[in-house]
Amino acid sequence: MQAVIKKKAKELLECGTVDRVLGWKAGEFFYDLTPAVFTTPEEIDKDFVFSVFSGANMSKYLIEETKKEGKVAAFIKPCDSYSLVQLQKEHRIKRENCYIVGIACDGMCDMGLVREAGIKGATAVSEKDDKLVLETIYGEKEMPKEKALLERCVHCKSKKVVDFDEMIGENGEENPDCGRFDEVERLEAMTPDERFAFWRSQLSRCIRCNACRNVCPACSCEKCVFDNPDSGIAQKAAASDFEENNFHIIRAYHVAGRCTDCGECSRVCPQNIPLHLLNRKFIKDMNELYGFYQAGADFETKPPIMNYTTNDAEPSVVYQRGGSK
Amino acid sequence: MQVKENFTPTIVAFCCNWCSYAGADLSGNNRLEYPANVKIIRIPCSCRLNPMFILRAFQRGADGVILCGCHPGDCHYTTGNYYARRRMTLLFSMLDYLGIEKERTRVEWVSAAEGAKFAQTMNEFVEAVTALGENKRLEDLRCKQ
Ligand code: SF4
Ligand code: SF4
Repeated sequence: MQAVIKKKAKELLECGTVDRVLGWKAGEFFYDLTPAVFTTPEEIDKDFVFSVFSGANMSKYLIEETKKEGKVAAFIKPCDSYSLVQLQKEHRIKRENCYIVGIACDGMCDMGLVREAGIKGATAVSEKDDKLVLETIYGEKEMPKEKALLERCVHCKSKKVVDFDEMIGENGEENPDCGRFDEVERLEAMTPDERFAFWRSQLSRCIRCNACRNVCPACSCEKCVFDNPDSGIAQKAAASDFEENNFHIIRAYHVAGRCTDCGECSRVCPQNIPLHLLNRKFIKDMNELYGFYQAGADFETKPPIMNYTTNDAEPSVVYQRGGSK
Repeated sequence: MQVKENFTPTIVAFCCNWCSYAGADLSGNNRLEYPANVKIIRIPCSCRLNPMFILRAFQRGADGVILCGCHPGDCHYTTGNYYARRRMTLLFSMLDYLGIEKERTRVEWVSAAEGAKFAQTMNEFVEAVTALGENKRLEDLRCKQ
């Protein structure tokens, strides 16, 4: 896959279709691939990396890149493509300034899970059939790829790239039975006390690094509440339980109806807080109360939070739902 | 939860200027009684209520927060309360998901003519929150006296 993508990237630059290419390059380690802009075929030869760690969603970077002069090419996985469409819906991306290459995807991996499987000292990764092959300082190690998949890939909602100029590989289908709400349901079935204990144990670990906000394609406000010194929750480690709760409720609420469930927040959280469970709660509630809605699936449908019907459920429905008191 | 003796909850009632605030006025004019610990904050429309206001109220020591607005269909700005209805439903559901007692938050539609309903709603709500006891799960100790 990497060879095909690199070839395509060089081709696009050489024939002048685009002036820049948005891709991944290695950070400090081979597994912390970071988004990067490439301008020459030589740079691509040297630095461009595509591997099972290319999880980063490229759509957010297109906001800034498409403001610049000239055209930029981006490689978009199915889940990224939903954010891409959602951002166009919000008039954040200039579509005429980008060239989208959709890539078929069979899942991205989490280095944490590789380590949990007991593989230490890894220095490089490759794929063989459905296995990950890791070169380590202790020799070559193998593990099944499905054991290392990111949470969002285990419950992948769709293999379909919704907006692209060309595809590498076969475009896939949506997968409504991905079970991504199972964990939310499990939490809903708990008692409020258990839920409270669960979320305290999760949210109290937050160090307020703001990575979840910064990586989120939906969190692209020019001015963010969390940067407002008067908001009381601005840019600093939470000083009390309340601030932790507040940050997480507000963050999840601000992306409600726009969150495509791309899973980036949970991927980047250094504290492994399952942020997707907050986003999915909103998605599930909106689906159940206001009809199914998938942000970024098309260009027309209004998000439920910006819409209403005259016979919507009253807020008191909450008293009948969500576990017993 | 343990109910403290003589516990009187602090209740914040966000009231829409056009209906519920006038309804509260009417209940006063009619000398209907509702507990003095209900603090009314007037807002231009129920949809002006930013979910963060509710969280802030809890932070600063509220034990219950209620939003009162015009009945659906009667909004002074035509559709504000329809949006508020969706927003509050989602917020309350999220609070419940985090394990925060759902009975601490409520929405009631009270028109300018419903002074009696206003007083009755407040009495009921204060009773419900008194039974729940102090707000512990969304409090900020730094803000406690
Ligand atoms: S990425 Fe994790 S630790 Fe950082 S602010 Fe978000 S939830 Fe907190
Ligand atoms: S947290 Fe809210 S205000 Fe901040 S960027 Fe995200 S959506 Fe915008």
